Amino acid sequence: APPKAVPKTIENQRVYDETTVDPNDEEVAFDEATDEFAPYFNRQTIPKILITTSDRPRGRTVRFCEQLSSVIPNSHVYYRRGLALKRIIPQCIARDFTDLIVINEDRKIPNGLVLSHLPDGPTAHFRMSSVRLRKEIKRKGKEPTEHVPEVILNNFTTRLGHSIGRMFASLFPHDPQFTGRQVATFHNQRDYIFFRFHRYIFKSEKKVGIQELGPRFTLKLRSLQKGTFDSKFGEYEWIHKRREMDTSRRKFHL
Amino acid sequence: FRTKTQSFCRNEYNLTGLCNRSSCPLANSQYATIREEKGRCYLYMKTIERAAFPRRLWERVLLSRNYEKALEEIDENLIYWPRFLRHKCKQRFTKITQYLIRIRKLTLKRQRKLVPLSKKVERREKRREEKALIAAQLDNAIEKELLERLKQDTYGDIYNFPIHAFDKALQQQDAESESDSDVEKEEEEDEDADKREFVEAEDSDLSDFEDMDKLETSSEEEQEDKSFSEEEEEEREKKVPHSKSKGKTPLKGPVRRKRPYIEIEYEEETEPATKTKTT
Repeated sequence: APPKAVPKTIENQRVYDETTVDPNDEEVAFDEATDEFAPYFNRQTIPKILITTSDRPRGRTVRFCEQLSSVIPNSHVYYRRGLALKRIIPQCIARDFTDLIVINEDRKIPNGLVLSHLPDGPTAHFRMSSVRLRKEIKRKGKEPTEHVPEVILNNFTTRLGHSIGRMFASLFPHDPQFTGRQVATFHNQRDYIFFRFHRYIFKSEKKVGIQELGPRFTLKLRSLQKGTFDSKFGEYEWIHKRREMDTSRRKFHL
Repeated sequence: FRTKTQSFCRNEYNLTGLCNRSSCPLANSQYATIREEKGRCYLYMKTIERAAFPRRLWERVLLSRNYEKALEEIDENLIYWPRFLRHKCKQRFTKITQYLIRIRKLTLKRQRKLVPLSKKVERREKRREEKALIAAQLDNAIEKELLERLKQDTYGDIYNFPIHAFDKALQQQDAESESDSDVEKEEEEDEDADKREFVEAEDSDLSDFEDMDKLETSSEEEQEDKSFSEEEEEEREKKVPHSKSKGKTPLKGPVRRKRPYIEIEYEEETEPATKTKTT
């Protein structure tokens, strides 16, 4: 009998990306030791995050911000009554914040996320879609506690994906509290990053049960800037160009 | 053009916006307007004398940037003109300067840029996202990752699953014993026999420890079992006197070696009896 055929999936047929990170690559390891996240990964800095919105946030966005701040430990939500971002940034640096998250809103739903690592770090601009608040998720869990959650980063293969993954990892404090049994997952699949927040429990050695609590959203990377957020003079490391990059169904960049 | 209550004039030289006999530039041969170009205000005037020369009909005067001076200039240009035109000119000039100031202020503040969304692209992205979500199988991925981390011992010894750990240890031991020579195997068996007798004779908690020591390969499991056994101490104690009273039970030995069999004994309380007594 002929051997069983392996079905072709998009992941199988993915166009080989030359910037895929090899775990043993020295260059990558060296880069990571010297880039802007090195102080975090060497445990010199504790992440402190500022979450804010665009002007006039609507109710949904406000609630989403609150839930997001409950998920990420050591984060604060501040409203922006018309303050310019360029002026917020030096203030944040002065007050020792490590990261800034701006949630952009359109027609009463959040649809964009700008994540910038503050002391002159990279800025990533995402398009956010399918945001579910906690009450819309079908689960019976309680709200996330104050324990530091674990972080799972899945499928960030290329160099770009690697740096984005490190950006996400630098949002959370380095030592997760396992007694909290909470885990935040950033799963990259075909250039879409899914964020989920679960509470897990080990029923036995081979079985684990997870219960979803906390908001969920999906992100798609639009651009990555080298410095802090600057729309006019920033130096873009990567922009999503629709004409060039969306041509092939099997080519992904993250 | 007409609305329900008012009619508006579309002529660009109109002073007020309304279509009246008094504020129509076509109806009046002596007329004045204020218009602004590129942020500068001009006073346009039309007189009867130039009615025959349409090219030279409208005379233009540049007004100064200073608000009060400009008002004076309007006054001196429109001297002897009907009060209505003068008043309306000044009003219009005020309004124009105010909105010019506002424009300048707004350009200094951040401006909202509207980025157009293409429906086709939106739909495509949405579909791709759904498919990616299905392909991702997030729950499975997360569970796998968590189990991986458990296996790689990132959690330390918070979680103890003794039964499976013992099974694993047993399997490991079996593998070792199979790989080792037969002599050692016999030795182990002898030890087992000794231990067994020892166990049956003593029937104390220590025996459990010894059993565990023999079975374990890693220190972590020792700790696990110690904590585990501490929990089970009370139950063991309950169990032990029973076994002692029964005497040597050959079953207990091997059973205990293989699995730390938890027998939870409940003491039945004799309250109901006392109650009946009191009543």
